Amino acid sequence: MERSSIIGHFGPYGGRFVPEALIAALEELDAAHQAAAIDENFQNELAHLHRTYTGRPSIITEAPRFGAHAGGARILLKREDLNHTGSHKINNVLGQALLTKRMGKKRIIAETGAGQHGVASATAAALLGLECVVYMGEEDTKRQSLNVARMKLLGATVVPVTTGSRTLKDAINEAMRDWVTNVETTHYLLGTVAGPHPFPTMVRDFHRIIGVESRAQVLELTGRLPDAVLACVGGGSNAIGIFHPFIDDENVRLIGLEAGGAGVETGRHAATISGGTPGVLHGTRSYVLQDENGQTVESHSISAGLDYPGVGPEHAFLHDIGRAEYRAITDDQAMHAFALLSKTEGIIPAIETAHALAGALQVGNELGKEAILLINLSGRGDKDVQTAAHYFGIPL
Amino acid sequence: MKLHEVFAHAKAENRAALIGYMPAGFPTKERSQQLIAAMIDGGVDIVEVGFPYSDPVMDGPVIQQAAEIALRNNTSARDVFDVVASSTVPTLVMSYWNPIERYGAAKFADDLSQVSGVGVITPDLTVEESENWINATDGQGIGRVYVVAPSSSDARLASVAAACSGFVYAASLMGVTGARTSISSAASELVARVRRVTDLPIAVGLGVSNAEQAAEVARFADGVIVGSAFIKLVQESATFDEAITAVRSLAQRLAAGVRRS
Ligand SMILES: Cc1ncc(COP(=O)(O)O)c(C=O)c1O
Repeated sequence: MERSSIIGHFGPYGGRFVPEALIAALEELDAAHQAAAIDENFQNELAHLHRTYTGRPSIITEAPRFGAHAGGARILLKREDLNHTGSHKINNVLGQALLTKRMGKKRIIAETGAGQHGVASATAAALLGLECVVYMGEEDTKRQSLNVARMKLLGATVVPVTTGSRTLKDAINEAMRDWVTNVETTHYLLGTVAGPHPFPTMVRDFHRIIGVESRAQVLELTGRLPDAVLACVGGGSNAIGIFHPFIDDENVRLIGLEAGGAGVETGRHAATISGGTPGVLHGTRSYVLQDENGQTVESHSISAGLDYPGVGPEHAFLHDIGRAEYRAITDDQAMHAFALLSKTEGIIPAIETAHALAGALQVGNELGKEAILLINLSGRGDKDVQTAAHYFGIPL
Repeated sequence: MKLHEVFAHAKAENRAALIGYMPAGFPTKERSQQLIAAMIDGGVDIVEVGFPYSDPVMDGPVIQQAAEIALRNNTSARDVFDVVASSTVPTLVMSYWNPIERYGAAKFADDLSQVSGVGVITPDLTVEESENWINATDGQGIGRVYVVAPSSSDARLASVAAACSGFVYAASLMGVTGARTSISSAASELVARVRRVTDLPIAVGLGVSNAEQAAEVARFADGVIVGSAFIKLVQESATFDEAITAVRSLAQRLAAGVRRS
């Protein structure tokens, strides 16, 4: 497939829009990532951690009772929720934490929305003996208080961010400010496929394992490739991880589900590709929710992990060339799917993940019972029990 | 006067040029114009008008807060140009990249030159991503001011300085904007390294807040940039009249500082 030849770009997207102070660190990181990618010792070390710590390979679970509501389509769930710490985020975190050690840095900082990336970062820091500071929007520290406590138990410092919309976007701003100041000793362990080069490429590479494993697993289980691969899209890391190994399989549809909030038409949403325009945010060019003056617009979603007005540049590119499709799922549609998977399969998904499940209900009904759908079950819903109980009126 | 004339004039007087920063629309558009007039009155040679942005990753709490107020006033590119137009000394805009890209790089350069703006400081635009901007500014005589940092390699300094016109902005330290109690030794080292790769004037910013620091920086740099210290005075003043007086007085002291060496 034709992609831009300029390193770090995906067609017109990607690149580096950062203070000059960070360029040296980004170049160092890029070099470390490239060296690690072809270094057998590094790959073995990461694979060993994934086997003995993360719990990889993650399994595939068939979901026939859920599938009955999805036009009878065959639903295959890639169980990233069973990873240690409860989501796909650990794949990227362990990779970057090992790179941090290689670069001789002793401190990591991270942003977090749902808290999953923060928990994974705090976990890796504890495992590898690194200092860890997590920036989290004050709004999110309330929505995800359980994860705040988990991070603290793991020895991390959690800094509530009180600027702007007090969510993920502002946590990233604050992390960038810390990084500009402490870049010599500190690695910014960015949690998704956004940000300046090399993050979109590097984070994708650490998550490709999701797609590589599941492509082989689906082939073995069903004897063929799936008709569609579905994943929720916040920044887009779990989605690109499962999509990427399927990109050259032209007959496999790649479908990203964005957070439609109250509905894209209401303006209260976080569906960046469905409802945004090209622009620059947090160091990369991609789709952005912005106003006519180029100011970032606040996003809205019931899911803290999808509540972000940007998206990874590779998704912007896959969208523009028509290789992947992106749809918006409203809060209500996501919560319906959340409850349905819980009751039909005994799996409580993260609310982020529920957006992908709602997409599966739609696509299954469109394609019918011959279809095979592979869904990235990116995380488990324990952290969301409070939000869900509130939504469904369950007294706590 | 053009930018290079201001620097030449200051050099002839054996001093550094004083550059003052104020965001457009803070605390209102008219008042930002008045604050800038007070800075000029006090002796600022060059003005930087900030284009407030929703995600200012290079800015500390003081400028963030000012930008939030300016954005609540719906400050737009048009307002920024109006503020530039009202200035009576050579004036640049300082803007993160997205508002310029959204406005249209060529149109931005065009419209800025219509109001006699002399340049744009772009703190998050890298030279690699600058093709459009270079094309947009070349024909307009709009100075392209990039920021270099103590962490920049020598090779990087050379390529960034080569893309600059007007002057080079040297960040005095690794960090975000905001007043500091002392000037780090990194500043003079960086300026010396930049001198080796360019003949352009070099102005130092980040953290300079008083006359002593201005005098210290003026010993090795061609320009001294002060932002947060002015804004803080406005935030701490009980009335706007008090703010005007305080800003003028700080500009006077800084102007004396850059002349003391
Ligand atoms: C379980 C889960 N899925 C998805 C996401 C969204 O991130 P991304 O789009 O990078 O996969 C998050 C983010 O917090 C998450 O916790």
